[in-house]
Amino acid sequence: MVLSELFDPLFRLALIDGLLLAAVLPVLGAVLMLRDEWLAALGFAHLAAAGALLGLAFGLPAVAGGVAAAGAAAIAKGAGGGQGNAVYGFMILGGWAALLLIGANTEVGEQLGRALIDGQLYFAGPADLIAAALLGGMTALILPWLMPRLLRARLLPQHDAANGYPVRRWQLGFDLLAAAGMAIGTASMGLMAAFALVLVPAWIAFRSAPSWRWTLAGSAALGVVGYLVSFAAALALDQPFGPMLVAVLLVLAGGYAAVARGPAA
Amino acid sequence: MEPLLALDGLIAGWSQPVVGPVSLSLGAGDIVGLWGANGCGKSTLFAAVAGQARVFAGRVERAPGLTLAMQTQVPVRLAPLPVTGRELLGVAGADAAGLPPTLAAAAAQRLDRISGGQHQLLSIWAALAGAARLVLLDEPTNNLDPLHTALLGDLLAARRQDRAVLLVSHERAFLDAHCTRVLEIQPWC
Repeated sequence: MVLSELFDPLFRLALIDGLLLAAVLPVLGAVLMLRDEWLAALGFAHLAAAGALLGLAFGLPAVAGGVAAAGAAAIAKGAGGGQGNAVYGFMILGGWAALLLIGANTEVGEQLGRALIDGQLYFAGPADLIAAALLGGMTALILPWLMPRLLRARLLPQHDAANGYPVRRWQLGFDLLAAAGMAIGTASMGLMAAFALVLVPAWIAFRSAPSWRWTLAGSAALGVVGYLVSFAAALALDQPFGPMLVAVLLVLAGGYAAVARGPAA
Repeated sequence: MEPLLALDGLIAGWSQPVVGPVSLSLGAGDIVGLWGANGCGKSTLFAAVAGQARVFAGRVERAPGLTLAMQTQVPVRLAPLPVTGRELLGVAGADAAGLPPTLAAAAAQRLDRISGGQHQLLSIWAALAGAARLVLLDEPTNNLDPLHTALLGDLLAARRQDRAVLLVSHERAFLDAHCTRVLEIQPWC
């Protein structure tokens, strides 16, 4: 029954949209964790949600408003040269306040704002799928080139500084990719579900993978497995998708932590 | 032959002068040691060569198109860090072929699962085995036990003739044993 629902044509578009995001967001999360900027995901997601709501109020697709707001935040962060989680704390607060104030003062209303926070993947439309496919394509195209540079900037920062390499430009490139990923993820599956996909698979992979290559592969695989289980469970148990995905990923993290700790003496 | 690096009466520092004046010329094949007491400005001089400290007087001249590799006193050690030593060498553009056997075994492991000394030596190898023609090593003997210090000496001895090494250390005996020249650094006053 669960499997047949997974392949129900009614949910096919949502399934594929979420699958793409479940493979891409954890990889972006691994890089954010490497830079100790995983809170960025939550900052971008809050601003994206506020931007999506503002876009809807002006008749734009939610994903367009979200990408614009999160992208502007990434550019502002790059221009200010501020790295670190304090910047993202301010983004979260600003995005949260803007989201609720826009919701309370526009026709799109609080309900849509609530939907962006809670997430309901089954209502994802063609625009969401196209955006997710574009994100996947951009990530596959850009990240292999960017990855060694980001790794070197993190692990051997003195090399790039001594040779005058444009590190800030590379970091801005990744920030824009992460911002787009969070905006598209938030519009499709909700703020916390997108954040969980960025944080939890990478958290497990960072502790268990034998190398960086396996960290990236493991993060994507955990994201996809967690997503498919959540998708089927939410349909079968008639539960909202966003909280189900967060719960499944937390169970995976808890299971890993228990196994890693080993049997009690 | 054109020097790879020339310092001419260099006085460098941060908000105010810290070290100098220093004059030296470094050519291919040289391993020059900078020696001095703690706080005399050795690392500041390094930062000035790398373009990261303020030059108050004098000049730093690099050969046109010169690429640098720089090892800092303490390598970036994150926890957890699922990056292997070989992956570190890969992003540094360093060749892993020729790694001494003890380092080759460490290079296969995650950086957060090897010792501080092994990580330090891998960082030094990342600087020495890359394409850079000027290598700056800042206190490379930090974190190293006598065995690893001897290994560092071997790495320096296997130097390439087309490259120069500038090495800062407070261990005079190490500099005397492994450098082609040793320069005593005085603080600015």
